[in-house]
Amino acid sequence: MNILKFIASFANEDLMQSQGSRRDSLGKISQLGKNLTLASIPFGLSSLTNVAYGKIKPTPSNPIGALQLALTLEYLEKEYYIMGLESGVIPTGGRDEKVFMQISAHETDHVTFLINGLGGVGSPNFVEKPTFDFTVGGAFHPFNDYPTFLALAQAFEDTGVRAYKGQATNLISAPDLLTAALQIHSVEARHASEVRRLRGLKGWITLNQRGAGMPEATQAVYNGEENTNQAGYNTSTLFGVEAGSESYDEPLTTDQAVAIAGLFIV
Amino acid sequence: MKNVVQIKEVNSPIKNRREFLKISGLTVLSTGLFLTGCSNDNELGLANNTNSLTSKYGQGHFPGTKDGVFDLGAGDLGVLTYAYALEQLEADFYTRVVNASGFTSNFTAEDQQVLVDLYHHEVIHREFFKTALTGALPNPKHQLLPHLEFNYGSLNFNSRTDVLATAKALEDTGVAAYNGAGRLITNPDYLLLAGKIVSVEARHASAIRSLINPNSKDFAGDDVVDTTTGLDVKKNPSEVIAIASGFIATTFTALYLP
Repeated sequence: MNILKFIASFANEDLMQSQGSRRDSLGKISQLGKNLTLASIPFGLSSLTNVAYGKIKPTPSNPIGALQLALTLEYLEKEYYIMGLESGVIPTGGRDEKVFMQISAHETDHVTFLINGLGGVGSPNFVEKPTFDFTVGGAFHPFNDYPTFLALAQAFEDTGVRAYKGQATNLISAPDLLTAALQIHSVEARHASEVRRLRGLKGWITLNQRGAGMPEATQAVYNGEENTNQAGYNTSTLFGVEAGSESYDEPLTTDQAVAIAGLFIV
Repeated sequence: MKNVVQIKEVNSPIKNRREFLKISGLTVLSTGLFLTGCSNDNELGLANNTNSLTSKYGQGHFPGTKDGVFDLGAGDLGVLTYAYALEQLEADFYTRVVNASGFTSNFTAEDQQVLVDLYHHEVIHREFFKTALTGALPNPKHQLLPHLEFNYGSLNFNSRTDVLATAKALEDTGVAAYNGAGRLITNPDYLLLAGKIVSVEARHASAIRSLINPNSKDFAGDDVVDTTTGLDVKKNPSEVIAIASGFIATTFTALYLP
């Protein structure tokens, strides 16, 4: 079963409002064994039907909803990079630190920009920052282990690219907001490319490959990227499926983006 | 005249192309699909046999040859044709880069991997637009943008510095172009397709910038990402065409795009 579809099946309003924290459910799963891979978590949850899958809801399919989802994802990225820079996990004085200081500055700017776009903190459209757990209940140690920090950074940036893309059509009735969202979308893509390159990968996504060293739990970020059919044109015809898939990034639906972010929300 | 690409050296193949365009222009006129020389949409006189097309595609200017020069047209099909022109430029550039005599000696292994990938991606984008437009245009024989000719002047394709600097300019311009064009698209499917491409262009821009200056924040540098808003560059077609026209040797116009 497609993990992404499965996760998405949890991402509906009723489940979001159900009782019990995701941390508890993960705790139960972790009791199954220390070596459990994160990939098992979405499957494991299949037996925990009353679990709330993160405390955010899918946003409405309109311009306000698009900005609200974007803001939640930017809150996540902003906090992640600030924590990363403060933790000391990023090697100092070289390329990596320059890269993450720049990315962190952009994500902080995006949060401010989107809050303003939603009418400010006093607006009824404003959404609060959720509480994040980047360790996913202790399974990850991004602030103690640099390869893990890099891997999750890649997952967040690639998710951001796909999530913004998925919101574009929700913004079609609001040209100024659409333009701004596109201007953030391409910045996320610039970030994603550089983080991937820091990990020794290509800057673009080949098929649905998440890349070496990336936890299997993040596969939902990459599923669907292997698409080589663009409006009926077979992009693999000229240079094969790898180049064909690389040349287009694919969108995430609101539910898919919420489900991925929900993994890191307490 | 706004949005007119100035023709550069008119060499033999371009003369032939201009002849072809003139002929096809006459053909278009004779079909009654277009009246040339319209200054706004209201003056576009669509013949009776295009009423159904008008209801399907909306009132406006289709891409096609007008007064002997190809115009990119208006509306969604105009934006897609504009993107096709840009992808033709990028694809042509990287085709020349990877086929240059000194490609394997003048570029590092990492450079070569990136540039070959970009060559593949941009050629795929070009052929995608050709196929998509052929399917979407009511009369592709006369409305599909022809193969454009390009002229890179003194650019040395065996110079790593020249090639990477040009690649950076092209990719950054591509990002700005798609970012600026998104709001001009009314069909959600087309908007999503543009979104699928622009992020790959941004990944390219980042990688090229990283190759040029790896130990830096240039991948998303302050010259392209606003330091207050965190927003990337956006440009209207007229601004982009003014930049790209330095490389484009075939005359075309974009009279009905902003």
